[in-house]
Amino acid sequence: MEFKEKQAIEAFALRIRMAALEAIHSIGSGHVGGVMSISDALAVLYGREMKVRPEDPKWPDRDYLVMSKGHAGPAVYATLALKGFFPYEELKTLNRGGTRLPSHCDRNKTPGVDMTTGSLGQGTSQAAGLALGNKLRGRNNRVFLIVGDGEMDEGQCWESFLFASAKKLGNLVVLIDWNKRQLDGYLDEVLPMGDFVAKMEAFGFDTVKVDGGDVEAIAAALERTRNGGDKPYAIVLDTIKGHGIDEVEAIAMNHSLPVTDERFANWTAELKAKLDALEG
Amino acid sequence: MTKIVYNGETDPRLCKDVIGATVASLADGDPDVIFLDADLMSCSGTLKWSKTHADRAIDCGIAEANMAGVAAGLAAAGFKPIIHSFGTFASRRIYDQIFLSGGYAKNDITVIGTDPGVTATMNGGTHMPFEDVALYNALPHATVIDASDPTCLESVLRQCVNRPGIKYIRVGRKQYAKIYEDGSELPIGKAVTLREGKDVVIFAAGIMLHEAMKAAASLEAQGVSAAVVDCFTIKPIDADAVEAWAKKCGAVVVAENANRHGGLYDTILEVLAERCPVPAAVVAVEDEFGEVGTQGYLQERFGLTAAHIEEQVKSVLARK
Repeated sequence: MEFKEKQAIEAFALRIRMAALEAIHSIGSGHVGGVMSISDALAVLYGREMKVRPEDPKWPDRDYLVMSKGHAGPAVYATLALKGFFPYEELKTLNRGGTRLPSHCDRNKTPGVDMTTGSLGQGTSQAAGLALGNKLRGRNNRVFLIVGDGEMDEGQCWESFLFASAKKLGNLVVLIDWNKRQLDGYLDEVLPMGDFVAKMEAFGFDTVKVDGGDVEAIAAALERTRNGGDKPYAIVLDTIKGHGIDEVEAIAMNHSLPVTDERFANWTAELKAKLDALEG
Repeated sequence: MTKIVYNGETDPRLCKDVIGATVASLADGDPDVIFLDADLMSCSGTLKWSKTHADRAIDCGIAEANMAGVAAGLAAAGFKPIIHSFGTFASRRIYDQIFLSGGYAKNDITVIGTDPGVTATMNGGTHMPFEDVALYNALPHATVIDASDPTCLESVLRQCVNRPGIKYIRVGRKQYAKIYEDGSELPIGKAVTLREGKDVVIFAAGIMLHEAMKAAASLEAQGVSAAVVDCFTIKPIDADAVEAWAKKCGAVVVAENANRHGGLYDTILEVLAERCPVPAAVVAVEDEFGEVGTQGYLQERFGLTAAHIEEQVKSVLARK
């Protein structure tokens, strides 16, 4: 990746964080931790990897994103707003009555959201079905599935991974947001998941692990998936829940947090300083 | 066109063969139709066909929840999925997936649940869905069908693939009493009068239609004129037909192969309460779990016979 492109993607990731934070602040609280940990991957996906048309969100040959950890909706909405799928100002309607931006992703409400998720695990099967359907249709596109590490507690995930492997869905790319924490605490305390790489390999996935805060590493891992083949892909993103905001990272239980005016000001200032340092 | 040919005889076809032939025919005629099963293709009559149609017949293995989600994804990719499992697994085991990935997300799916109620016989209580109707009734905008016979099954399956929302068809795999002439059309949402009558109307569905017809014949010999109406579409109920028959007869008995709570009985009581309150009674499972046995044993055990219908007719007539 060229230095300039890397800088641009990093800036995009910071803007996603700032926009998502603005949306969550507008309603007072939300899933800050898991939104921050997945922002870098979203920046790479929508910044360079995915074929999408903001002016034609339902374009059938597009690449699809299934945010199976549906509570990271605000990160997706921030990304889509910055890409021009809908006006930026609409982010402040998050979770308000009648909004197109509900807490969890809804394909019938938000332009650019490809699947309805929120009941954890369900996005994995939907993504497998989408990938199978696209393959049967002869479409030359990919389905990107983002799964939370805590979400992997759900048995449905493993059913769908067996299926994806058995049906040779080389057009499916699973990104696991391994941020080590779930709602009640650390995975190792709640339900230890062991080695995600070994598990995904055992389920028949072409698997790599990368630093989920390093856009260059994420980009390289995604480039590997462009050629399809007979195996679905898994990318284990080694991330930090709350990544990008020091205070949020330091709060152990940061799954969902109130975002007061003071927090919003401080956290936005931190992100803005990083953006300024990047862009000069 | 709907022609009634009921004379008490059994339709020679196995319903599972009708499912297999209809699915194959639908897939031949429409490139968007795709069939999914969860290691039960030999039970849905689709196994042989699947061997030569690998792109249209997807065996998901024993993973029903995943099958429902994959069907939702296929629908989002432009397909018209039909999925099958036994009624227990096709309802309660996959309910959250069908509800959210399917109904809520507006991914249209046709679900076939075989061996409803006592037709699960030798598989016993673990495989005996008395609650499937109630579950699908509670799913917004769903279509809920209790197929009357092989002809009805074929007709409704053909309609369901192009009908929006979640469509649930419950039907036994084996034989049914023949009610309709081969090739008859049974429009979803329209109840069919199988027998005219004036003293009482019996609204029935599925295997209970045969019992209702036997009861009506017996009642006629005793001087009671009972109408029998096929309510194969439980949701949306044909409220106009229910109202018209209730007004004409002034007494109602409902017969269903399911739990009395949340099924056809409740559906009809809603119509009666709002449009035409008349005395009503039910022949259904009295809020129990299933158990193993022959269908004959189980119909006696859970009170799902013509004799039980006669009893309830007499009871409701006494309250008329």
